[in-house]
Amino acid sequence: MQEQKSIFLSIDWITITLYVVLIIWGWFSVCGACYDFSHPDLFSWQTNSGKQLVWGGTSLALATALMLIEKKFYDTAAYIIYAGMILLLIVTIFIAPDTKGSHSWIPIGSVKLQPAEFAKFAVALALGKFMGEYGFSLNNTKNFAVVMGMIVFPMLLIVAQKETGTALVYLAFFLVLYREGMTGSLLFTGFATVVYFVVGMRYSENPMAYLPVSIGEFTVLLLAMIFTIGMTWIYCKDIFTLKLMTISGFGVTILLLLFSFFVIPFNFCPIMLGINILFACYLAGLALYHRSHKYALIALFCAFSSGFFYICNPIFQHLDNHQRTRIEVLLGMKDDPKGAGYNVNQAKIAIGSGELTGKGFLKGTQTKLKYVPEQHTDFIFCTVGEEEGFIGSVGVLLVYLLFIWRLIALSERQPDTMGRVYGYCVVSIFLFHLFINVGMVLGLTPVIGIPLPFFSYGGSSLWGFTILLFILLRMDAERNLKNS
Amino acid sequence: MKDHQYEGRKFVIGGIALAIVVAYIIRLAFLQLMSGDYTAHAESNAFLNNVVFPARGVMYDRNGELLVYNQPAYDIMVVMREVNGLDTLDFCKTLGITREEFDQRMKTIKNGKNYSSYTQQIFMGQVSAKEYSVFQEKLFRFRGFNIRERTIRRYAYSNAPHVLGDMAEASPKDIENDPYYDPGDYIGKQGVERSYEKELRGEKGVQVLLRDAHGRVQGHYRNGAFDRKPIPGKNLTLSIDLKLQQLGERLMEGKMGAIVAIEPKTGEVLAMVSAPTYDARLMEGKERGKKMIEMQKDPLKPMYNRAIQGTYPPGSTFKTSQALTFLQEGIITGSTLYPCSRGFRFGRLKVGCHGHGAPLPLEPAISTSCNGYFCWGLYYMLGNRKKYKTVQEAMTTWKNYMVDMGFGYKLGIDMPSESRGMIPNADFYDKRYKNSWSGLTIISIAIGQGEVTLTPLQIANLGATIANRGYYITPHVVKKIEGGHLADSLLQKHKVNVDPKYYEMVVSGMRRSVMGGTCHSANNSWYEVCGKTGTAQNKGHDHSVFMGFAPRENPQIAIAVYVENGGWGATYGVPIGALMMEQYIRGELSPASEAKAQKIQERHISYSAR
Repeated sequence: MQEQKSIFLSIDWITITLYVVLIIWGWFSVCGACYDFSHPDLFSWQTNSGKQLVWGGTSLALATALMLIEKKFYDTAAYIIYAGMILLLIVTIFIAPDTKGSHSWIPIGSVKLQPAEFAKFAVALALGKFMGEYGFSLNNTKNFAVVMGMIVFPMLLIVAQKETGTALVYLAFFLVLYREGMTGSLLFTGFATVVYFVVGMRYSENPMAYLPVSIGEFTVLLLAMIFTIGMTWIYCKDIFTLKLMTISGFGVTILLLLFSFFVIPFNFCPIMLGINILFACYLAGLALYHRSHKYALIALFCAFSSGFFYICNPIFQHLDNHQRTRIEVLLGMKDDPKGAGYNVNQAKIAIGSGELTGKGFLKGTQTKLKYVPEQHTDFIFCTVGEEEGFIGSVGVLLVYLLFIWRLIALSERQPDTMGRVYGYCVVSIFLFHLFINVGMVLGLTPVIGIPLPFFSYGGSSLWGFTILLFILLRMDAERNLKNS
Repeated sequence: MKDHQYEGRKFVIGGIALAIVVAYIIRLAFLQLMSGDYTAHAESNAFLNNVVFPARGVMYDRNGELLVYNQPAYDIMVVMREVNGLDTLDFCKTLGITREEFDQRMKTIKNGKNYSSYTQQIFMGQVSAKEYSVFQEKLFRFRGFNIRERTIRRYAYSNAPHVLGDMAEASPKDIENDPYYDPGDYIGKQGVERSYEKELRGEKGVQVLLRDAHGRVQGHYRNGAFDRKPIPGKNLTLSIDLKLQQLGERLMEGKMGAIVAIEPKTGEVLAMVSAPTYDARLMEGKERGKKMIEMQKDPLKPMYNRAIQGTYPPGSTFKTSQALTFLQEGIITGSTLYPCSRGFRFGRLKVGCHGHGAPLPLEPAISTSCNGYFCWGLYYMLGNRKKYKTVQEAMTTWKNYMVDMGFGYKLGIDMPSESRGMIPNADFYDKRYKNSWSGLTIISIAIGQGEVTLTPLQIANLGATIANRGYYITPHVVKKIEGGHLADSLLQKHKVNVDPKYYEMVVSGMRRSVMGGTCHSANNSWYEVCGKTGTAQNKGHDHSVFMGFAPRENPQIAIAVYVENGGWGATYGVPIGALMMEQYIRGELSPASEAKAQKIQERHISYSAR
């Protein structure tokens, strides 16, 4: 009894308040997105808004139920839940009917559930459990490999369900690994990859002024050089190597530029590539000589960076036409408002037409008349932008920011590693969804079909996020209990 | 187990979240606050302004006979994108076209200038009501096709095309001049259709519809709060008397020229004939452009409205205006005698005349149409240095009388393209004769020759002014606008600065010319006709002119008849004028007159020599 009371007092009502605010705000947005001028009934079970109301209600019930399940249970059952979920994902691949090309929905009566949405908490729990075990270290190669496996395996299964977008969410777990001590250079490598891709592909066909040199190719090679030297500087403090690489790398590059510009114009990128390869070899040699994995990793990074453009470009050229067009539109290489860019273009129009204060609840024309595809699910933020304007959109983003910050605080105050890891998993997933979903609506990130938590229409995602969140809240509520 | 080693990384993660949110807020500010384009774009996306055309006003003649009306027509429209699974065979059978025709039409649409597969395109224009009803029944089977209802302008009779005018698609210039029009709208191009365009057209209504991404209409925006009902056009009652007009056109068959008949009291134009004429119904619908080009090529210029556009020497009908001027200026009195020895002779100058007693006073001078009398009158007026210091001053005085009587400027009839005719002034002659001229130089203007030209409308208006004994109302062809009123300028009374008693003298002279002068064939026993012939000299055969009114007291009709190359005024002008007056005053022609009319109708003048 005493224990129950203590738990109730320890519940983080700030998070719950933010959660309720988001759910209610989300419901109004779904109303706006699904409102039909000819059938203006917001509460009917026939309409999406009515269904969403039911999903919201059941979510609250689910949340209450979750608050009753002790942390001990998850501690014990984490791997079983994980295994069960993996099994469910495998089964889904085979039994799920084709829904717009995706095999991820299991129909149960009149509703459809998406196991991939629920798998996130299972992976989070298993990660927490595993990383919280005594003697776990990310620097231990075996441990690291297991962690990678735990993340990548469900990803692959979800990709097999043709839900690539949902699978990409699992990349968010790398943020958790970063918090738990994974070297930042890995995150940086990820960031560098994205930069290489965007710059390299975007400008691969654009020659430099007066020179027969591709801007994309040149920039990627130069960045690889700069990043390699930068990493050597940060991680190795080897002044001689640093000087050698800086002088030879930049020196040769400048000479090549001048020669090509004033004497004979020629494509000097192969020479730059050669220098980068020499760097990689030299660093690899140092790694062997010093028996230092730092040099080895930098050498690897250098090789990867140098080769990236040459591997990526042919793949890009051989992609399916529609996939390539999508990427080209995203990178701004093509303007295609009726085709691949249609969603994003119409989404921008919807949001832009909201102006400062929006058109008012249920008065948006752009979303209601279905100019924006998927406007009640993935493109729900359009409705916020159109009907509530700049004020409403910024409001949603700020509530989200508070929500995520609050979750970071909760994670940090967990008494054990499992709680903290689980908490950061929750943080990372919400952050990733916010980043990708709002970004794609605003035309800043690729169109990856993942929902905006609590806003996008759909029971599975709402339940999935509720489960994810309330397991953390229950763990958090137990933080003050003496370990029994 | 607290882990403090990497706790600082929470700030990195929190910072990433902050950076994302800040970046998105900046992006939102760009989209929502900086650019207004998106709002306009969203509106053009979502709102379909469906124009609802009002019914155009119809036209009646003065007796309530329907002249111009609207007939529903149906266009078969197609939205190419939505055509799907069409049973072409059934479709072709329904519309009664062949497969080849179908393919041809589809090809034509796709090659159109502003073709878009998203918008309505005309597949087949103006199908009949019967075809429409068959097609309508099967419409649900032909996805992508629909029917657009519209009206086409119909003319009940062939008559009075110049008065009624016609309609055509608004030209780019029309659209530029008046933002009311959109491409594809129809606009009055000629005649009353044009001059009363604003009254006839009414006002377009609009339905603000919401359209979804597939172009499907989702209903009225805010339940029609922004819809506007069309305001129907106003119906017009013309002052034209259809029977009179028909007779006029009959009589002018095979001739060139014009007839204008006016009700003197009101200025209402009872008939306006321009010959050669054409069938008003040719201008209906699709064929208008083709027919117009054909007619524009015709050397006889049937489209040219001679009644108000043609400028002719008025000949002797002009003498009445001279008499009034001389009387008012005190140059002559009713009993002033002027000689005429088979014309006006002054030194080597001679204006010929025909045989009649001389010298003679005003009334017989009018009835015999004595050239000498009026030449002397003008000679004495322009040469009167007691009254006028210079010939220029005399000329200006003369000109002012002419302008006062409605010559030299547009009368302001409610029809487009009126000509102003020509009344020379002192400046004109100063320039032409380098300041050395006198009454003798320009003597022929006294008998309606020389530089003077009038439109048949102006001649008829002169008749109306004399009938009214000194005033006229601006001639107009529209008698009544349903639910509106005529422009004040059309009802304005223009008083001529000549004493009515002088008009009475001219009336007597005109009556005499009917009783026993040049117009005696116009005489009849039913009412007193007053008239004046004219034989306007011309390079070729003379023009036959008649101006008159009847009855003498309480005149009901004033008329001008102008037959190009018709010879003597008495040859065509007088009998045509007499028949017209009989038709209007008695409502019908007597059998004898009917026979006469038949004869005149059959007498054609050959213009090929010109």
